[in-house]
Amino acid sequence: MRRLVVPFVVLLTAAGALTTACGGDSAPAGTVRLLTHDSFFISDDARAAFTAATGLRLEVRRAGDAGSMVNQAVLTAGNPVADVLYGVDTTFLSRSLDADLFLPYQSPLLAGLYPGLAADPQHRVTPVDFGDVCLNYDKAAFATIPPPQTLADLADPAYRGLLVVQDPSTSSPGLAFLLATIATFGEEGPYTWKNYWADLRANDVRVAAGWEEAYYGAFSGGAGEGDRPIVVSYASSPPAEVIYADPPVGEAPTAVVTDGCFRQVEFAGILRGTRNESAARALLDFLLSERFQEEVPLTMFVFPALASVELPPEFVAHTRVPTAPLTMDPARIEANRDRWIAEWASIVLR
Amino acid sequence: MTARSRLALAVVAAPPLVFLLAFFVWPVASIVATGLFPSGRFAGGAFRRAVEGGLPGVAWFTLWQAAASTVLTLLVALPGAYVFARYDFPGKRLLRALFAVPFVLPTVVVGTAFLALIGPGGLLGIRLDGTIWAILAAHVFFNVAVVLRTVGGLWSHLDPRLEEAARLLGASRGQVFTRVTLPLLRPALAAAASLVFLFTFTSFGTVLLLGGPGLATLEVEIYRHTTALFDLPLAAVLALVQMAGVTAVLLAYSRYQERRAVEQALRPAIEVARRPGTPAERALVGGTVAGTALLLLGPPAVLVARSLNTGEGWGLGYYRALGRPGRAGALLVDPLRAVGNSVSFALVATAVALVVGLLAAVVIAYHRGRASRWFDTLLMLPLGTSAVTIGFGFLLALDAPVDLRSSWLLIPLAHALVAVPFVVRAVVPVMRAVRTRLREAAAVLGAPPRRVWREVDLPLVSRAAAAGAGFAAAVSLGEFGATAFIARPDTPTLPLAVFRFLGQPGRLNFGRAMAMSVILMVVTAAAVALIDRLRPPGLEEF
Repeated sequence: MRRLVVPFVVLLTAAGALTTACGGDSAPAGTVRLLTHDSFFISDDARAAFTAATGLRLEVRRAGDAGSMVNQAVLTAGNPVADVLYGVDTTFLSRSLDADLFLPYQSPLLAGLYPGLAADPQHRVTPVDFGDVCLNYDKAAFATIPPPQTLADLADPAYRGLLVVQDPSTSSPGLAFLLATIATFGEEGPYTWKNYWADLRANDVRVAAGWEEAYYGAFSGGAGEGDRPIVVSYASSPPAEVIYADPPVGEAPTAVVTDGCFRQVEFAGILRGTRNESAARALLDFLLSERFQEEVPLTMFVFPALASVELPPEFVAHTRVPTAPLTMDPARIEANRDRWIAEWASIVLR
Repeated sequence: MTARSRLALAVVAAPPLVFLLAFFVWPVASIVATGLFPSGRFAGGAFRRAVEGGLPGVAWFTLWQAAASTVLTLLVALPGAYVFARYDFPGKRLLRALFAVPFVLPTVVVGTAFLALIGPGGLLGIRLDGTIWAILAAHVFFNVAVVLRTVGGLWSHLDPRLEEAARLLGASRGQVFTRVTLPLLRPALAAAASLVFLFTFTSFGTVLLLGGPGLATLEVEIYRHTTALFDLPLAAVLALVQMAGVTAVLLAYSRYQERRAVEQALRPAIEVARRPGTPAERALVGGTVAGTALLLLGPPAVLVARSLNTGEGWGLGYYRALGRPGRAGALLVDPLRAVGNSVSFALVATAVALVVGLLAAVVIAYHRGRASRWFDTLLMLPLGTSAVTIGFGFLLALDAPVDLRSSWLLIPLAHALVAVPFVVRAVVPVMRAVRTRLREAAAVLGAPPRRVWREVDLPLVSRAAAAGAGFAAAVSLGEFGATAFIARPDTPTLPLAVFRFLGQPGRLNFGRAMAMSVILMVVTAAAVALIDRLRPPGLEEF
């Protein structure tokens, strides 16, 4: 048995040595750490540009989806695993502010951003990009009947059995779409969002667990293999269908319904407890720089917050940025989110 | 027990115990305590809210679907385990490795393949999605490999002469099976059943994906309450209920296992298996293998077909596109690095799981009693604990003395936590089955204890350990749950790479996700085949 104990000790020692070498507390002073969600992406070129400009090495740590990432940050508030957090969106913003996650920082680049994106007067968080959650439809399925124009159209029996949405308790676009219906139909009056969802249920709405299952499993457009021609996705999905088409296509197979889009702004902030605040500021400035901003449409399929950035041609040709997207005060979302999700479930699932 | 043997026991038990305390008990206790004592006060209301929120229904559904899945999996897998143990046929090794593939496939990927078979417009012409049948079918698909390997491992060493003797004495085939074979197989059957039960009890992706949003297991509810609703008190209550349920089942299991352990003379596999002789035997082997292959390889075949079916006809276009920079001038994820990361993590995880698992197995197999039963239960518990609980627990607990919270090391350690039970379950039945008399005979003939262990136990145990190691590697290669919740450094594994592609629209991304899944299948089959071949030198016959 001693034969087994010896390798174990060796293994533990080696593991300890590796830990000290590769991770844990021993990050060199010239490193800045970014905590983000699984959808974050940065090209090697942009990473190199950041290091060339600041002398800092960027270390990216991904922690699941946006909700999971924010909740991990809340659990480690004051004793964070990174210096900067990127990717908290409108729906989780209040939770992160309530937990006092961030140090205020007013970047000199703020003036160049689209007006109306910023959400915190104290500058604890800074908008980096935005995306619109919109209904997408399969163009081929709407050759004989017109595609829906508004959210209300979906309750029309003509569109029975055509829609797939995501469960708001497990999916970020699903939650955004629920908020869009609440912002559209309201909580008071003769026809509230609850009446609307009861009608959607009567109209045979299908609910998928997440975006992947809805878009690839249930949706019929683009790469989808399902039989539902209307899906909750993003305003940037049709350009993505062109960019990642196979074989190349001249026209997107899907299109966006611009009514009832919900705008999700993604923010970044310096985590309280950072070991290197000046490095964290440099990283936040970099996230707002032209070098990073110009690649976000093609890497993450979101729209840059920096107004001077030109969109790639596919984004100009194959989608429309909603002119009047729906929004909601993050504090109102935080105060009601759990109740709304529970009420939604009792209307749609039970 | 003498003082000396007590000391030996402590030395052997210490490493697994320390491993469990540091990487399981402490993290899980931290997250549960944080949930139950928000701002230092006990949140007793969470229990009431849990009951009012439908906890009894969810717990009941979790329990019975796991029980039903376990029984179905055993029934489906047993004929295959028999044929693999008792017959030699061409391609046996390859099939054995291939049959491990379903076990590691990401649920989302298999989910879409399942939907292609039993969903709307499915190839099989029946629609099961959104029903309990889809969940059960998927659970059988994922877990047949567990039974094939665990039960098959023991079956291939059972002395066929016992059955022959019973036949000669006039027993019918049915009587031989129920009175001779089944009792001898019981330890392995129970071991396999316990593993399948734990897997399906904590089923997450399958239920979410195929069951539709109306059906929820405890695991799904823990995920919802932790990540989306951030209701940690309720999540803690659910986690406690989940662990209590798992503990009860495991304690019952290990009691049963101790009482039923049968000592027997195991035979080398090569003596047990033979080529099918009569036409009836050939039909039996052919039919069973074909049936099992159809079930286990059908969904993977759908994935392979999809990965090859490009927009420009059949070809390797999606595979080539994996290494081609996208429109932004950069790779979304480097496929070779993903393979490298996954293989390295699997190596570390398998090594840790083998060391911890073997030491633990020695304790459990040779020292009976209540303490040993609890130890066994504790070892198995990580398999029955929510990945979210473990992942978030790591985050809370592992910041001191060394901040491990975002070290890459956490990934293989989390994998090892889930893999240890497989090593233990594969090894303990064999250890217990080694006849005491055989060992005593060796001792009487003058062999010192260490030599007895090396020459009598080790050959048999190492074969079982190899089977366990194969599983440990497979678990590590396919693990997605806990990995996804660790704030991990930039080290994408194969399943994470699949999700990177699947997370963006476009046929090319979908095709690349399918190609990446096929690479995952190939790497897994290769790893399992390799480990199956690895045997200690000089022990070829086992």
